[in-house]
Amino acid sequence: MHVEAGRDGNTVEVDAAGLSSRELNLRLRELVTAGATHIKLLNVAGQRYIGSDLDRPVTLEIFGTPGNDLGSFMDGPSIIVHANAQDGCGNTMNGGTIVVHGLAGDITGLSARGGKVFIRDDVGYRAGIHMKQYQERCPVLVIGGTAQDFLGEYMAGGILVVLGLTLGSGHRHRANFVGTGMHGGVIYLRGSVESQQLGKEVGVAELDDQDKALLQGIISEFCGHFCMDPRDMVAGPFIKLYPRYLRPYGPLYAPTHRGAQGQVPRWKVPG
Amino acid sequence: MQGQLNPDNRYGEPKVIDACSLFGVLDTTGRRFSGHGVFKAIANMHDRSNGLGGGFAVYGLYPDFADYYALHIMFMGPQARSETEAFLNVHFQVFHAEPVPVRAAAKVASPPEIWRYFVLPRRAESETLADDDLVIHRIMHVNTTIPSAFVFSSGKNMGVFKGVGFPEDVADYFRLDEYLGYLWTAHGRFPTNTPGWWGGAHPFNILDWTVVHNGELSSYGINRRHLEMFGYYCSLQTDTEVAAYAIDLLVRRHGLPVEVMAKVLAPPLWDEMEQLPPKERELLTTLRQVYGSLLLNGPFTIIVAHHGEMIGLTDRIRLRPLAAAVKGDMLYLSSEEAAIRLVCPQLDRVWKPRGGEPVIGRIGTPMALPSEGSVQNSKVVLR
Repeated sequence: MHVEAGRDGNTVEVDAAGLSSRELNLRLRELVTAGATHIKLLNVAGQRYIGSDLDRPVTLEIFGTPGNDLGSFMDGPSIIVHANAQDGCGNTMNGGTIVVHGLAGDITGLSARGGKVFIRDDVGYRAGIHMKQYQERCPVLVIGGTAQDFLGEYMAGGILVVLGLTLGSGHRHRANFVGTGMHGGVIYLRGSVESQQLGKEVGVAELDDQDKALLQGIISEFCGHFCMDPRDMVAGPFIKLYPRYLRPYGPLYAPTHRGAQGQVPRWKVPG
Repeated sequence: MQGQLNPDNRYGEPKVIDACSLFGVLDTTGRRFSGHGVFKAIANMHDRSNGLGGGFAVYGLYPDFADYYALHIMFMGPQARSETEAFLNVHFQVFHAEPVPVRAAAKVASPPEIWRYFVLPRRAESETLADDDLVIHRIMHVNTTIPSAFVFSSGKNMGVFKGVGFPEDVADYFRLDEYLGYLWTAHGRFPTNTPGWWGGAHPFNILDWTVVHNGELSSYGINRRHLEMFGYYCSLQTDTEVAAYAIDLLVRRHGLPVEVMAKVLAPPLWDEMEQLPPKERELLTTLRQVYGSLLLNGPFTIIVAHHGEMIGLTDRIRLRPLAAAVKGDMLYLSSEEAAIRLVCPQLDRVWKPRGGEPVIGRIGTPMALPSEGSVQNSKVVLR
């Protein structure tokens, strides 16, 4: 274990080279318990679950490529990744912030229950799958670039924003099956998609004033993390994707006389 | 006779579900290099496998015997070697034979006796098959009729090394640090349906084709029965075996381009095909009609290799991970980006290939950078 004394007593550096996921996370827990508020992780190379068991405010700065399930289940820390993230980033996170200065892999933000994830570039398949929300807990996933297929699949809550910044001019998003099985939450999408790219369970709407205010706040925060100018982005154009049904597959598993088409849409603007 | 499974090959249901680690690297200039980076990369994904299988394929391995088929054979019973060698001496000219050198101290489980034979097929006057087909025919004979003998590598100037252990330990066991190759693929196995055994580790091979695989081929049954019609008999009890034979059939025997082969294994969904221009739709529909039995159903990522080419492919909805990266003349494919960064921190481009769209690296063809992906390189912190 290579730990250097911090410059101001609360900042420490950890050289992660050669450490297993278990060793690294154990060390993080010890440091945070001892009062560290800013930890720089150097030479990270695929260690998994970084920050998973941390439940108080601490900033983790990651140099190198963190492994799968970065920040999964975490509750409070801020993680800044100066590289790409792998699969499962923000898995079931409860609270805190993950900022990735690069791209992220598959199932980014899956099952998130709170907190915020900001990815500067693109994400892989199934980003935001089964994100959820309850009362004041509402996860936010912002993707600066574009996404691959099954974006927002089975989404049950939360806010998913796709800014399309990596798309060339005149290019549309290539993701298919966007929002398939979506039954809660909202997706704000900048850049064009064709209707056949959308799942059968989502509706398309224009943004109202409430949406715009919400989005403006999120975009400002995103731009703050990556030193970008929010003005161009806020102008859009955005579309809003919302779930048309509360239980799109209800009749498949528990037949009712009402059927899916008879379900009452339960759309409300989160936040 | 042929088609009947070796009764001594007793490992349960002929199917396995994997959640494995894959790594591959190709130097498109054809320069041979040591596998040290490969061992480091696959070892970095240690947690993806569980010690029940590891393996490597190396191309450009035997330049001194480049014109001979290099048969790597494992013998798991007392009579297996003598019986196999009797068969080889009748049906092949054996130019050189030796035990594959190993380090006995390496951490692998119950290694069988493993030999390699550099051979050319003998032919009776009545036999009109090409050498490659003759070799396949005889490998199938050994694997299905000689108890406890399995040919697991049969290409020229290449070889598969595999066994039960973590991949880094398997590399140690086979002394792979002493070899050079221009293309390496590696696999760490996590078998869940059948016990790990030496023959069931990846890569799977026929002639110079190799496949390493993460996932589960739920179409194994139909694929296997279809391949039997063409003389391929599955004897190694892992689903991935069908992929190696299917690719040999499609590309070598039927002459399909690799890009078309990928559309047989991982065709677009019917809905997607309907959106395509008529000519493309017609081609894809024809492939589905002719080769429907070779569609690989279920989640998979595979790295396929043969001389001069490395191909990464995932199932059409990418249910298993694949990262691709290019640095200069090198193409890297891996289950995880971190493993690539460990051996090559500064990359020209790293990206996540879309489901069903192959990533192809070819010798003599500089790697084209995709428009997608990231040029993001981690900030270097000097210590």
